[in-house]
Amino acid sequence: MSVLTPVKGTQAVYRLNPVSKLAASAIISVTLVLSIDWVSAAVALALEIVIFFWAGIGLRPFLRRTMPIWIAALLGGFTILLYGRASGETYFQFLLIQISDGSIELAIATTLRMLAIALPAVVLFITIDPTDLADGLAQIVRLPARFVLGALASLRLVGLFAEDWRSLELARRARGIADRGRLRRFWGQAFALLVLSIRRGAKLSTAMEARGFGAPALRTWARESRLRSADGVLVALAIVISLTAVTVSVLTGNWNFIAAQS
Amino acid sequence: MSVDAVGARIDARAWGWRHTGRSDWALSGIDLTITPGERVLLLGASGAGKSTFLHALAGVLGDDDDGEAHGELLVDGRAPEIVRGRVGLLLQDPDAQVILARVGDDVAFGCENLGVPRDEIWRRVDAALTAVGLKLPLDHPTSALSGGQKQRLALAGLLAMQPGLLLLDEPTANLDSHGVEEVRAAVEAVVAETGATLVVIEHRVSIWRELVDRVIVFAPGGGVLADGPPGRVLAEQGASLAASGVWVPEFPPARPVRRPGRDTRVLLTTEELVIGRNARAVNDEPISLELERGRSLAITGPNGSGKSTLALTIGGLLPPVVGTVSAAGLANGAVEEPISWKSKELLTRIGSVFQDPEHQFVAATVRDELAVGPRALGLPEHEIDARIANLAARLRLDTLLAANPFTLSGGEKRRLSVATVLATRPPLVILDEPTFGQDSRTWQELVALLAELLDDGTSIVAVTHDTEFIAAIADQELRLAAPTPARRDDVESAR
Repeated sequence: MSVLTPVKGTQAVYRLNPVSKLAASAIISVTLVLSIDWVSAAVALALEIVIFFWAGIGLRPFLRRTMPIWIAALLGGFTILLYGRASGETYFQFLLIQISDGSIELAIATTLRMLAIALPAVVLFITIDPTDLADGLAQIVRLPARFVLGALASLRLVGLFAEDWRSLELARRARGIADRGRLRRFWGQAFALLVLSIRRGAKLSTAMEARGFGAPALRTWARESRLRSADGVLVALAIVISLTAVTVSVLTGNWNFIAAQS
Repeated sequence: MSVDAVGARIDARAWGWRHTGRSDWALSGIDLTITPGERVLLLGASGAGKSTFLHALAGVLGDDDDGEAHGELLVDGRAPEIVRGRVGLLLQDPDAQVILARVGDDVAFGCENLGVPRDEIWRRVDAALTAVGLKLPLDHPTSALSGGQKQRLALAGLLAMQPGLLLLDEPTANLDSHGVEEVRAAVEAVVAETGATLVVIEHRVSIWRELVDRVIVFAPGGGVLADGPPGRVLAEQGASLAASGVWVPEFPPARPVRRPGRDTRVLLTTEELVIGRNARAVNDEPISLELERGRSLAITGPNGSGKSTLALTIGGLLPPVVGTVSAAGLANGAVEEPISWKSKELLTRIGSVFQDPEHQFVAATVRDELAVGPRALGLPEHEIDARIANLAARLRLDTLLAANPFTLSGGEKRRLSVATVLATRPPLVILDEPTFGQDSRTWQELVALLAELLDDGTSIVAVTHDTEFIAAIADQELRLAAPTPARRDDVESAR
């Protein structure tokens, strides 16, 4: 398996520019970390779910890819429920555990917030092709081409590292040293992997140089990375979601700006 | 192709190069001129600086921090660093040359770096893929290509830059015979079409002999040893080239004389064996085979047919997906299935030599590397020393005992990886592509050693593409079938 396998799809979300996806999820995340109330998170999440249908990702793949987030959000919420700052009426107490009105509200707010921040990020990121992202970062955000393409090319090596690791493991069994000293063997194996990867990296950079990478000529781009109207719509939606969430929260008196807390 | 694409000219005047931190010059006193459109095969013993010369011509040798040059080396009358794009360099390792994830993008990469306009890039990508015979969609994933296809892809990437000089550094050393033919045919088509100057380094003379019109031999100590038409140079230098490890058809390495023993007890059998990694089956036909004492089996077959997987499964390193591997003849008190043996129990029963020797090196010196197995068995120190001395002498490692295994040459690494396995004297030795990329001298030593082991009663299994190796050593051949198309996708994306 290669980390760099092209990501393809026909739905609307695949046609968006990766840069606008990054921008959209950044807008929502930044807004939602500003407060820890449940109303803004709930509003944002509700609006996002409507958008997911528009994105055209089926329910089943959506649940499969986002499962870790649901689990993390629920676990996070549960922890807050048990140990969160107590206020109001207390329903249950045992050692450090205290479930109160305050911790219940905080738990709900935390779970909703984690979902509202992470779900759109995952949906947008799993539909990003690394090559398209590199094109966007270099051509639209104007990050240095040397840096972006170097990172892109080295991503391909990650798949080879996984293969190397498997071979290293089998080879250690064959050499008769896999019965004991698991920890020491791990470090030895990690060091061998490091040596192998440095060597692979050096070879890759020679191959890139041999194709004129780093040549003085002004680089052109075979694939144009462009922002289309749909990208504008995506960013506008992110802004609308954020503003609506904040507005509703402020109007209902739930907004509590984190910087304003003592 | 456009008018720019005529061949480049090379001029070397007393040129030499010394890598930073080395006292010896990698090569020196190189005086030669290669005229536009010439096709040159560059030969010489390993360590004669052939690769360094090619890297210098490609302008990728580095700057003053990396080493020091003397004399003059010019491409079209200018320094190679300035004419990047006029020169294309193809390297040995297919995996190291894929840069991007999609076939079309990978070919376009060089053009982008040279600032070619977008429309022109895609015209060139199409033309280049056609020229190397790679008829695939532009968005085909590069990870799903075979070794030969990857080399042709890299060649297409160079071709799209429309170079006047093509440099090939052992481009087929890591390929099976089918891949070798693919790449050779592609290179032939490309130089015929573009008129580019060609310089190729290769251990195996026969691959390129008909295609080149000039052979240059570098002397190990520096300078040019011989230079002229292939027929004349090979007639004059053939014997000494062969002795230094070059494969010259007229001087093939010696084949051993076998004296098989009488005792051919069965050591290991497989029944209805289906192999694979992570429980995903590779072979459609279950494999049933018997390995006998003092006999050898060659496992052959196309890419993705599961040869290495079968070797690992017989070797007790991977569990069978279906069926059994039973080594009653080797068990000697242990259970019959090798996969259930402890790591230490494998040592005295089955030895596995991996395709990439670096995967199995675990120590900081050659001496310690050889001692790893015997130490794990708890042998007394004097016995360990005796075994190391014996193996080091037999495999020409005795002057390298203090060296770090990772710093050895390709041939030395191969010999060490075989020696480490022999140190614990397993009755069954399994080798994965033992002769890949080896020069004829190492090849001859390896084959002689394996023949000796066979005559002494060791059983040998070798995964190999090497027909000469099979002719010299194998008693039986097991040819695995190509995977069915649906399954091939699985296998290749899992690679």
